[in-house]
Amino acid sequence: MTHETNNHYAIETRGVNLYYGNFRAVKDVDLQIVPQKITAIIGPSGCGKSTVLRSFNRMNDFVPSFRMEGEILFHGQNIYAEDVDPVMVRQRIGMVFQKPNPFPKSIYENVAWGARINGYKGNLDELVEQTLRDAALWDEVKDNLKKSGLSLSGGQQQRLCIARALAVKPEIILMDEPCSALDPIATLKIEELMRELSRQYTIIIVTHNMQQAARASDYTAFFTMDDDRAGLMVEYGETHQIFTNPRDQRTEDYITGRFG
Amino acid sequence: MQKELITHPPLADAGSIRAIHLKKKPRLGEMFIQGFLFFCGAVSILTTLGIIYELGKESLLFFQMPGVTLIEFFTRTEWQPTIGKFGVLPLVTATLMTTFFAMLVALPLGLSAAIYLSEYASPRARSILKPILEILAGVPTVVYGYFALTTMTPFLRLLFGDQVQVYNTLSAGLVMGIMILPLVCSMSEDALSAVPQSLREAAYGLGGTRLETALQVVVPAALSGIIAAFILAISRAIGETMIVALAAGAGPNFTFNPFLSAETLTGYIARISGGDVAYDTPDYNSIFAIGLLLFGATLLLNILSRRLVARFREVYE
Ligand SMILES: Nc1ncnc2c1ncn2[C@@H]1O[C@H](COP(=O)(O)OP(=O)(O)OP(=O)(O)O)[C@@H](O)[C@H]1O
Ligand SMILES: [Mg+2]
Repeated sequence: MTHETNNHYAIETRGVNLYYGNFRAVKDVDLQIVPQKITAIIGPSGCGKSTVLRSFNRMNDFVPSFRMEGEILFHGQNIYAEDVDPVMVRQRIGMVFQKPNPFPKSIYENVAWGARINGYKGNLDELVEQTLRDAALWDEVKDNLKKSGLSLSGGQQQRLCIARALAVKPEIILMDEPCSALDPIATLKIEELMRELSRQYTIIIVTHNMQQAARASDYTAFFTMDDDRAGLMVEYGETHQIFTNPRDQRTEDYITGRFG
Repeated sequence: MQKELITHPPLADAGSIRAIHLKKKPRLGEMFIQGFLFFCGAVSILTTLGIIYELGKESLLFFQMPGVTLIEFFTRTEWQPTIGKFGVLPLVTATLMTTFFAMLVALPLGLSAAIYLSEYASPRARSILKPILEILAGVPTVVYGYFALTTMTPFLRLLFGDQVQVYNTLSAGLVMGIMILPLVCSMSEDALSAVPQSLREAAYGLGGTRLETALQVVVPAALSGIIAAFILAISRAIGETMIVALAAGAGPNFTFNPFLSAETLTGYIARISGGDVAYDTPDYNSIFAIGLLLFGATLLLNILSRRLVARFREVYE
């Protein structure tokens, strides 16, 4: 096992190529995600950000035409290896989606469901309260835990979805444009929350919002598209460096708004 | 801006302003189509009203006959209109039994098939299985009736021995269930497929297995639609005629034994209207009363199902 060598990365990709049928959506990605930090993935629309993110917890398995080459290592294990159970992968690598998607169940059930199916043995009430507090939602919903998750506002729903993801106690949380449906105040709340969560969790966030990437992340990966529309990673480094002193002309063009 | 508007001369007087055309324009094609569509809608509504009127009028004749009362109709357990026995219960129990056995088959199998098609089947498997189900739905009911009589009943007799009569409600009910299965399956599948993919992704993203996701997230989200499918299936079973007329029995029998022959509400109507009964005899009038009963039952079920579907729509967004 290559365990030791990868121990200090939360996720490491090696020569990853991602395909939809014959179309190569992403090519040759080698990326190391630092644990307990926030990594932002930025880049123009269609460059494969979501595809990369969803390959980190095998969410693309549900796309019949999806195919991958290379290795994605989590704790030194290739999560695409034959003997790996994708359900176990997703328990440890949670996801928050672009559009808030609470279950049509009560707020309580939304949070408790994931823990319950994963055989959580402790006190569910406590877990629900704790994760709702962690997601900075507790004060707003504590009197209405029986109300439907769908009765909340968009920003509250998104925090509910974050709480729901936390309740499973993952190590990594993937977020695909989690603020794109939210107003600036709700967005700031989520960003504060991410900062808070990054003490315990590794967070990878896809965003179209340059300011968000600049202010909320520690590391930034910039992706773009080749002439054959395959996405590739142009530059990866500390956020401060990417935004103040990009090494690649394409990165500079993109972050200064001169792209395309 | 405001001021300018007020000081402006009225439009009509201003010759210099170019008149624009805002008058109504006759659109003949539009009017014709609208009228035609209205006519089509009206036909179906008028037909329904006509049916209600006819059923009501003839049933009234029935209930005005000497010796017929509503109480007797709904409480007595013998049904022989020709000799003055007007208790509809034997027909009702037979209908309840065939419906019950049909649902025993159609609901679990139909829902399971729907879950399989919507949550498990590969696109290829789905493209093979759905047409097969549609064929099942297209088989004429008379074929099902003979299937009950010549295949299901002998099979039941093999299992349970001679206590199973040649005509019996169990056989008719089970086969009716097979007939209704495609309806339950396709309606439930519609309800399941209408559940947004994002909900499934949410469940999988929390480490849900396919089964947990299907049963604990997708099915509850589609529940009202599924219940609506169930209710429609029940009203279909209550109204089904050919299978029960052929296989359940041709004579009222107040029993809860599924192995015995018993005539259902629809079976009775089919038998009486198939024979030559004279106008204004008790037999003749009674079939309208029973028709009204059936109409009321299915109407009630349909209203219930519409309510549930409406609730279902409220679930997301
Ligand atoms: N399910 C799919 N089947 C086929 N092709 C897909 C599928 N999903 C994405 N693609 C293609 O893969 C490429 C990358 O898509 P992806 O959604 O990863 O881009 P993105 O960077 O997330 O874009 P955006 O910023 O608009 O969300 C696009 O060309 C897209 O058309
Ligand atoms: Mg995307």
